[in-house]
Amino acid sequence: MSTTFEAFETRATAVSAEVHRFATRPEALAFIEGFLREVGVSAAPDSGALWVEGSFLEGIGQDHVRNQVPGVSFEVTRAAAASAKVGISQLDWAIAGTGTLVQDATAVEKRLVSTLPPIHLAVLGTERILADFSSVLQRLQPEQINYIAFITGPSRTADIERVLTIGVHGPERLIVVVVDDFEKVSA
Amino acid sequence: MTTEFKASIETALHNPNLTGALGRFSEAYRVSRAKAYEGIDFEAVRDRIAEIKGSASSRFEELAEQFKANAERRGAKVFRTADPAEVKRYILDLARAQNVQAVVKSKSMASEEIHLNKAFEQAGIQVDETDLGEWIIQLAHQTPSHMVMPAIHMTKEEVAEVFSQEVEAGQAPDIPKLVKFARGKLRPKFLAADMGITGANIAVAETGTLVIVTNEGNARLVSTLPRVHVAIVGIEKLVAQVADIDPILTALPRSATGQLLTSYVSMLSGQVPNTDGSPKELHIILMDNHRSDMVKDPKFKEALQCIRCATCLNVCPVFRLVGGHVFGKTYTGGIGTILTAWFDELKKSEDIQGLCIQCGSCVPVCPGKIDIPGLILELRRRLVVEQGQSLAMKAIFGVVNNRRLFHSMLRMAAVTQKPFKQGRFIRHLPLFLSDMTDFRSLPAIAPEPFRDKFKAIAQPKQAEKVVFYAGCLIDFAYPETGTALVRILNKAGIEVVFPEDQTCCGAPARYSGAYEVAAQNARDNIKALLATDATYVVSACPTCTVALKHDFLDTFKSLGITDALAEAERLSARTIDFSSLVKKLVDEGRLTFKEGQHLGKITYHDSCHLKRTLKATDEPRELLQKAGHEIAEMYECDTCCGMAGSYSLKLPEISAPILERKLKNIKDTGADKVVMDCPGCVMQIRGGLDKDGSPIQVEHTAERLEDRFE
Repeated sequence: MSTTFEAFETRATAVSAEVHRFATRPEALAFIEGFLREVGVSAAPDSGALWVEGSFLEGIGQDHVRNQVPGVSFEVTRAAAASAKVGISQLDWAIAGTGTLVQDATAVEKRLVSTLPPIHLAVLGTERILADFSSVLQRLQPEQINYIAFITGPSRTADIERVLTIGVHGPERLIVVVVDDFEKVSA
Repeated sequence: MTTEFKASIETALHNPNLTGALGRFSEAYRVSRAKAYEGIDFEAVRDRIAEIKGSASSRFEELAEQFKANAERRGAKVFRTADPAEVKRYILDLARAQNVQAVVKSKSMASEEIHLNKAFEQAGIQVDETDLGEWIIQLAHQTPSHMVMPAIHMTKEEVAEVFSQEVEAGQAPDIPKLVKFARGKLRPKFLAADMGITGANIAVAETGTLVIVTNEGNARLVSTLPRVHVAIVGIEKLVAQVADIDPILTALPRSATGQLLTSYVSMLSGQVPNTDGSPKELHIILMDNHRSDMVKDPKFKEALQCIRCATCLNVCPVFRLVGGHVFGKTYTGGIGTILTAWFDELKKSEDIQGLCIQCGSCVPVCPGKIDIPGLILELRRRLVVEQGQSLAMKAIFGVVNNRRLFHSMLRMAAVTQKPFKQGRFIRHLPLFLSDMTDFRSLPAIAPEPFRDKFKAIAQPKQAEKVVFYAGCLIDFAYPETGTALVRILNKAGIEVVFPEDQTCCGAPARYSGAYEVAAQNARDNIKALLATDATYVVSACPTCTVALKHDFLDTFKSLGITDALAEAERLSARTIDFSSLVKKLVDEGRLTFKEGQHLGKITYHDSCHLKRTLKATDEPRELLQKAGHEIAEMYECDTCCGMAGSYSLKLPEISAPILERKLKNIKDTGADKVVMDCPGCVMQIRGGLDKDGSPIQVEHTAERLEDRFE
């Protein structure tokens, strides 16, 4: 598992994603809260963070986050996403070989928080990192899922003079928070 | 070629921004592509892609129906049509029915193909491209010059000017700022649009899935924010099953941009919710536009294996000089020439097919395994069939087809060239011929052709005989190369036979599309070369070797000639190039190098046909090293020198800068000799160095090796 993580980290970092690994969800959450404060998330206009909750806050609770960082909201709308500073979502799988995050993104909220805000923060269990593309496609099947999203680093372009520039239409930063004991409910 | 076309080439060649940007890109591309494919078996990947797409195109009808059924089962509406006008009508009707005021688009070559934006503008509907490159060219009122990077021909200064004029004054030529500006201006357009239009890179029949690949993230926004999504998909994007996605997605980003994967890949299968929770209207248009006609053509069916990665543009020595716009309005480069001939009409390819220098650089790197130069040659052949050769060409080939006349004219030229001759070179020609000697000197016709010299060479009688096919250049310009070959083979105990009736190999005719002429050349040569019972037929010209080994057969097959096939097969099996034969003789212990020779540093130029068709790259190098040379490899050692037979006569303005690059790379090695296996390359490179006044010597490998054996 550890070598798979390292391969993922190497590939993802190479395409400008920022990867952080934690043993438990509370540790990861402490990092996330610190990060949100650091980038200036607050209750002021256009400074919010929008979180599409999966199972990450199970046993912790949304209130904990709201209390720690004012400005975090779990009510995802188009208007809120368009003005948010950070979008947070849980990803289903990752691919070590290319540093890619993968998600069943049929629910439009998941796409809003990972496309519109300038920062996308993705949470993921370490055991969710698989070797390659086809391993992921066996688990997330296009036969059953209407929108599968693959995300490899932040949005980029090289359309002017082939100079790589990060953050054209999608997020300019992609923060990946990987948690080892994701399934374990914290005490 | 039309004067208009020639003028567009002139304009491109004199645009330093264009040639500078493309030149730098082509250099960086090779490196990033190679790095992206580390650890990947490219041959295995492209075998699978060719298989997947080849089999899909054989059953487009079945896959299209299957796709339609599956996508519709999942809530999409699928519209199939062969006609671009129908595509536009469908989309405009839909826009009216849905009360669409504004449209955003992510990049779709299919929509460029049918000029969709114009249709929207005429209907009074606001349409904005959102891919940065496409937006720039939309604002600049241009067309894409490259399938992957539509605005690669523009500098940041030009982009800043376009933004300042068309959007908001005062934009500085600072790339990060320009990108931020585009983000800021396009974001409200995404949010306000009622309809989003995308293309698709793959369409999977068994699931009704569209796979959309982008880096900017615009396709995700286009398919998420507007309430109606229309995807325009050429039917060549169809594959049978989900498992077929993997090899295509392995190759596409690596070949297109040197990435392991693009930032975003979306797999869309049927309807998804809108941001207000309602189900989004999804319309998928499966467009044919002559793709089915291509399937029915045994030669051109292969072109449907294209995954639109644009590698054939990126590695093309001509594209990097002239860019995309000389090719036309939609698809550019090698594959673009073929697609234009089919999606538009054959006649549209008349001028642009002439841009292909037939160097074959795109063949080993095409993920779809498409023989692009071969198909362009086929276009050329069909154009000649349809429209006939020009009168001048007819006159030339009339001569080439009559060996006695052709050879006596060459002998006459040896006399009449005198006023222009300086030593072994012709440095200036008058009037319209001056283009030929502007950038390189031409070789003077030798006073005594090889066929006469050969009679004077005293050869010991040997049991083993090898037939030598000289080809026109060695026979009439460089007889010393032929003499060297004879002397080397004699040392191996082989007697060389030179059949007098051999004639032009037919390459000039074939590469001009005059296959009937080439076929007659082939018949004459087969008869002459098979008359002697010999172990090998050897040639020291790779283009001639390819003619004898491959082209005779192909020319016969293209023309439906069957009576000469068996003989052509016999000749093919017997034919070998000079370096490969000598390497064999050395390996068999029949030739021994003189020992302890330190002959100094040389550099080696790979000739197109030797490297890419005959695949002999190590053989000449090994021989030259064993002889006692150290090889200082030049940059881009296997890039074409710009000669390419009559190409340098038809398009000297392109041939010249290609040669210039080659000469620079040769000089940069510091070697005082450059060696090669092709007399055509010798002619081009020697002529170029002579014009430059460079002391670097140019030699054929045979000459370099002549005195190296015991």
